Amino acid sequence: MRLYAIVVYLFLYAPLGVIALFSFSAGRSASDFHGFSVQWYATAAGNRFVIEALLNSLLVAFVSSTIATLFGTAAALTLPRLNRTFRTLFDALTYIAIMVPGIVIGIATLIALATTFNVLNPLLQGDAPGAPPLGFGFGSLICAHSLFAMALVIVIVKARLAGMDRSLIEASTDLYADPWATFRQVTLPQLMPAIIAGFLLSFTFSLDDYVIASFVAGGRVTLPIYVFASIRRGVTPEINAIGTTVMVFSLAMLVVSQVLLRRQARKPATP
Amino acid sequence: MREPRKWDWTAILLISPSVAIFLGLLVMPILVVLVLSFGERAEAGGYQAAFTFAQYANLPARWAAFRNTLTLAPLGTIICLIAAYPLAYYLAVKVSARNRLLLLVLVIVPFWTSFLIRTYAWIFILGGKGIPALLDAIGLADVRLINTPFAVLVGIVYGYLPLMVFPIYVSLERLDKRLLEASDDLGASPRRTFLQVTLPLSAPGAVTGCMLVFILLMGEYLIPALLGGGKVFFIGNALVDLFLQSRNWPFGSAVALSLVIIMLVTVTVYLRMTLKNRGLRDQALV
Repeated sequence: MRLYAIVVYLFLYAPLGVIALFSFSAGRSASDFHGFSVQWYATAAGNRFVIEALLNSLLVAFVSSTIATLFGTAAALTLPRLNRTFRTLFDALTYIAIMVPGIVIGIATLIALATTFNVLNPLLQGDAPGAPPLGFGFGSLICAHSLFAMALVIVIVKARLAGMDRSLIEASTDLYADPWATFRQVTLPQLMPAIIAGFLLSFTFSLDDYVIASFVAGGRVTLPIYVFASIRRGVTPEINAIGTTVMVFSLAMLVVSQVLLRRQARKPATP
Repeated sequence: MREPRKWDWTAILLISPSVAIFLGLLVMPILVVLVLSFGERAEAGGYQAAFTFAQYANLPARWAAFRNTLTLAPLGTIICLIAAYPLAYYLAVKVSARNRLLLLVLVIVPFWTSFLIRTYAWIFILGGKGIPALLDAIGLADVRLINTPFAVLVGIVYGYLPLMVFPIYVSLERLDKRLLEASDDLGASPRRTFLQVTLPLSAPGAVTGCMLVFILLMGEYLIPALLGGGKVFFIGNALVDLFLQSRNWPFGSAVALSLVIIMLVTVTVYLRMTLKNRGLRDQALV
């Protein structure tokens, strides 16, 4: 049993280790190890296309997770105040957004936006001649990522809200706090870890997404799109270096979000 | 208690952005896909208005993609289950509470690192200079691993194992240990206790895990694209081809909707079959 567990852990981590190891290879070939070097990190950092793709990815991830967190949290907080039919419908939409495969979301967004642009662009040209036509790019990427990320935030914040101690809110009301003060001083601090965790998970998702982005990116290149295209052209140590950096970065995000969730779980309801 | 109000304007204001996102970016796009799937392909690609079932009648043209998805997705799910159960059992039952959390986190961590990079690692390992080179050294020449169904299955198990371990672990961990003692006291062998107590009680976790993995596998694109090398392709790969290369939107829409419908039907039938017991079903869906 123990042996089996060790084998599984090896299976899980060996591939990551291989990539990290070969990213430090000094050779040109990605598959033979030629002494230790960090040259491929330098190459990647000096590659204009890599940096541009990274910045694009970070921008899309930041904006879409901010939108998702704001609107998702607002929705999760408001839902208990709305009527039952609406809540059921809304929950169904949330689960659909999470369950429908990314590839279908990508396709649906692609053709829906393409259709919308076909209708809107002639109108806009009529109104403001010379205005740049609407097209795919940052806007469509952010929209498509916000959808999934928002559903994710709603689920996380709702779960935390359900686990919250109601009596604190009642106590606050009994002590004559107005609803806004209760929200700011009681509800929000308790929800904060879940909100931040939702934001970080959304951010990681957006940073890692290739499938949806490949449909709606237009000409924009995000980091996963760049990496995927490079893999298609052949494996290079530079990709290993980028991959290792991405892995370390998403690990850091994961650790932060987990620590936050853990802290909230450990902290008892009484302050 | 708040007195019931007819229109809660704050609530409406707060909920409307998310409703707008759901309507504009989920409901409307899926309706567009539905409309397009009954249309025709325009000369230059894209869409021409029509009402025809021709696209659906044409689905067998992509039979290979459906066949691959419908064989490798369930097979991959079952292999994940078989591989994950002993590990989940080990973590929930055998490991000391102190190490448990760390070991559990170690299972989940890979799931949150870049999926693209993790799959790409296997191109490296299964490719010419990886395992085949090692096999060559011990006398097994010309073993080709990459771009085979085997490579795709390895990628699947690697990618989705953590997702399977977690729910099974949760159901095993929640299991009332006194039941095991009771079974033991009543003279059941450890094997019998496992088969008649542990296994049935961990079924909801296994069902949830299988469902999660299966749903994600049905729409899988990256693993076949990277490890199947155009030879082993899924519906997802056919969709990318239809939308981005041949620009046959109506047919692509019909394929996409069929994928969603197959997914919904299999998951529903699967839940019906596995969880006849209503209590079990509720637990599995948490």
